[in-house]
Amino acid sequence: LSMSSEVPKEDGRPKWDNKFQYILSCIGFAVGLGNVWRFPYLCQIHGGGAFLIPYFIALLFEGIPLLHLELALGQCLRKGSISAWNTISPYLGGVGVGSWMVSVLVSLYYNTVLTWVMWYFINSFQEPLPWSACPLNENRTGLNEECYESTAVNYFWYRKTLNITPDVTESGTLQWWLILCLATCWAIVYLCTIRGIETTGKAIYVTAIFPYLVLTIFLIHGLTLPGATEGLAYLFTPNLNTLKNPRVWLDAATQIFFSLSLAFGGLIAFSSYNSPKNDCEKDAVTVAVVNSMTSLYASIPIFSVLGFKATTGYWDCLDRNIISIINEFDLPEESIMRQNYTAWISFLNSSHPDKIAGLKLKSCDLQELLDQSVSGTGLAFIVFTQAIILMPGSQAWAILFFIMLFSLGLSSMFGNIEGVFTPLLELQIISKSIPKELLSGIICIICFLIALCFTLSSGSYWIDIFDSYAASLPLLVIAFFEVIGVAYVYKIKRFSKDVKQMTGRKPNLYWQITWRFISPLLLLIVFVAFVTLQIQKPSSYAAWNPRYEGFPMKEEKIYPPWVLAICVLLAVLPCVFVPLVALFHLIKRTRRSKDPSLVSPEVFSCQGANS
Amino acid sequence: MLRVLLLILSVVAIAHAELCKPDAQNAFKVRLSIKTALGDNAYAWDANEEYLFKAMVAFAMRRYSSKSTTQISNVLLCNVTDRVSFWFVVTDSSKNVTTVPGSEVEAAIRMNRNRINSAFLLSDKTLQFLKITSTLSPPVEPSTPVWLIVFGVVLCLIVAGIVFLVVAGIRQRKKKNKESTERENLEEKGEVTITVENGIPCEVLDLKAGHINGVFAADDERFTPL
Repeated sequence: LSMSSEVPKEDGRPKWDNKFQYILSCIGFAVGLGNVWRFPYLCQIHGGGAFLIPYFIALLFEGIPLLHLELALGQCLRKGSISAWNTISPYLGGVGVGSWMVSVLVSLYYNTVLTWVMWYFINSFQEPLPWSACPLNENRTGLNEECYESTAVNYFWYRKTLNITPDVTESGTLQWWLILCLATCWAIVYLCTIRGIETTGKAIYVTAIFPYLVLTIFLIHGLTLPGATEGLAYLFTPNLNTLKNPRVWLDAATQIFFSLSLAFGGLIAFSSYNSPKNDCEKDAVTVAVVNSMTSLYASIPIFSVLGFKATTGYWDCLDRNIISIINEFDLPEESIMRQNYTAWISFLNSSHPDKIAGLKLKSCDLQELLDQSVSGTGLAFIVFTQAIILMPGSQAWAILFFIMLFSLGLSSMFGNIEGVFTPLLELQIISKSIPKELLSGIICIICFLIALCFTLSSGSYWIDIFDSYAASLPLLVIAFFEVIGVAYVYKIKRFSKDVKQMTGRKPNLYWQITWRFISPLLLLIVFVAFVTLQIQKPSSYAAWNPRYEGFPMKEEKIYPPWVLAICVLLAVLPCVFVPLVALFHLIKRTRRSKDPSLVSPEVFSCQGANS
Repeated sequence: MLRVLLLILSVVAIAHAELCKPDAQNAFKVRLSIKTALGDNAYAWDANEEYLFKAMVAFAMRRYSSKSTTQISNVLLCNVTDRVSFWFVVTDSSKNVTTVPGSEVEAAIRMNRNRINSAFLLSDKTLQFLKITSTLSPPVEPSTPVWLIVFGVVLCLIVAGIVFLVVAGIRQRKKKNKESTERENLEEKGEVTITVENGIPCEVLDLKAGHINGVFAADDERFTPL
């Protein structure tokens, strides 16, 4: 008979082919589009190098402890998020359901962002790039008006890609090209997640490593571009005064939190496929450090390219002014160069001030151009695409850039889909005879059909809504209850013993303090600050309206009440499961306690879960 | 005789000066950016180039109106600057001291813009006629949009991958089913030796449903630690 009950029995649960696959999947899940287009922006607006201080403090006291907690939990209980939290305590089952709900909501809109990336990718094969020039208007006398007044890149993004309406209430029609790309994206996600981690484990080798290759290529190329040093200096020059603003600390905390993809349930799902004898402490530290290093590494090429773009814009501005001056005063060509521009301007201003004033020269300010900071889709699809047109060999750079964005997003999608898929597999309602391929197919088709609403003309406004409300507040709430649940319901002593059984050593004082006090406190503060800031400013959005007087500036509009109701619903829906499930079990228990013959369910421990 | 000649010449000169001056009626300003267009191969703008310009304009007028009355001397240039910009008018040789209407000149230049540009190795942007707009060339549009082709390729690859994986999965499942039914058949026939312990096959004991003998199960406290 078997003597060793330490070694777990074969329970038919799929497992990773090797440790490297698991680590790569976690890193791929954590490293996503936000590392490329949110972190550099935050660094820029919050005082450059000084932002790293609150960032690393948040990493140390919030990111790493929560990450370790989730990885240890999944590894110990070997179940997806819903069943895992049910196992810890039936009252905490709502936490699992909440994180499942968030994973569903995020999967819906995240893949639509990938749709946009795919659309740009397949358009990058044209020569010249379609966003480099404005199309002509109907009677071929000039350029298209909307394009002429804004820029060609703006026109391609807002008109040719999104075909956006001026208001969130005007839904417009479904854009067929986006539907095709959406179908392709979901087909790719299905292809990679068709058998759960069996297939994502193979796909992750490509999607997690490829972005680093491309980032390195962009780094080398970006540093050779003129103006790169200005961009980098601008990014990293520390301005310690910004640390006095609490907004900076809040942004650092939320950035770390959302960047590590905590509270989605995906990390629990990933680590549940591990063998229990795995050092989850080292894994957590590795994943968190790699994620932060990637953010820093990505900001270097991004800012080199942005510096290049600002410098080129500055030179263009100077050149245009020089041409107007030369034409007005009939001076010989190349008499005024960029270097002696200021000397000439002062000379001409003193001799012919009225003529100079009549020219209406634009003031060219490099600092102002560098200050134009954009994050999110604006960075990738407007600013960066404009910079790519200026580079020689723009098709190749565009293709590389969009494949990189696609891989980054795809590896995060794997985590989201696993967060949806794994708990469903373990629920009793899904019969065991349904093959995994069918279940993942059903999930992908349902998500595709629901995500069709994001391909409407007003789709991008809805994605902003989902991003701001569904993927922010609920995660904070769920993470808070996660930490409280493990620290005070399951009790840290028992959890430390479980971790010791898995890693071979007891979690040291740092973990004890952060799990018990610092992380919950920090999460509470962040949550309160976040809600306060949200409530203070009225919820508005920036609409692209060609008929607006201030066009090409965006028009600030307020959300109508029914849209606000949806926003609140998105934010509250995942959170409401936490008290609901607890209440449900409380009622069940009080009913059961009236019948003394029934035994109340025991709260299981980690070791007990395996037997 | 000489005096009459001088008088006529001066009258003509004054008339010319009146006809060709900045912002005169039917006069056009031309601006060249030779250094921008040609860089190191730029030529200097001198009287010969001016002569060529006059010839090109006369050529354009001849082609447009298809009557060979316009001479090079009909084209007057004035106010040449270092920028290389100047004004020009086209006089009408049939009517004395008048200029050809601006619309005609504009139409003639427009018709022959290409020829004029290539004579000077310049383009619409670098040889500017300030009041004459050039027709914009339509963008090159391939018959099938390129993105559809790329999209088709990507989609075919993905569908092929999905079909392959699904078929492989179905085949694997069939093989597993066949194996397990074969095994059951063999067990019924008793051809496979299964180790049996007290009437219970050993494999069953490995499952969780089996009973673990508490006496022999590993119990940390019963063994002396090393």
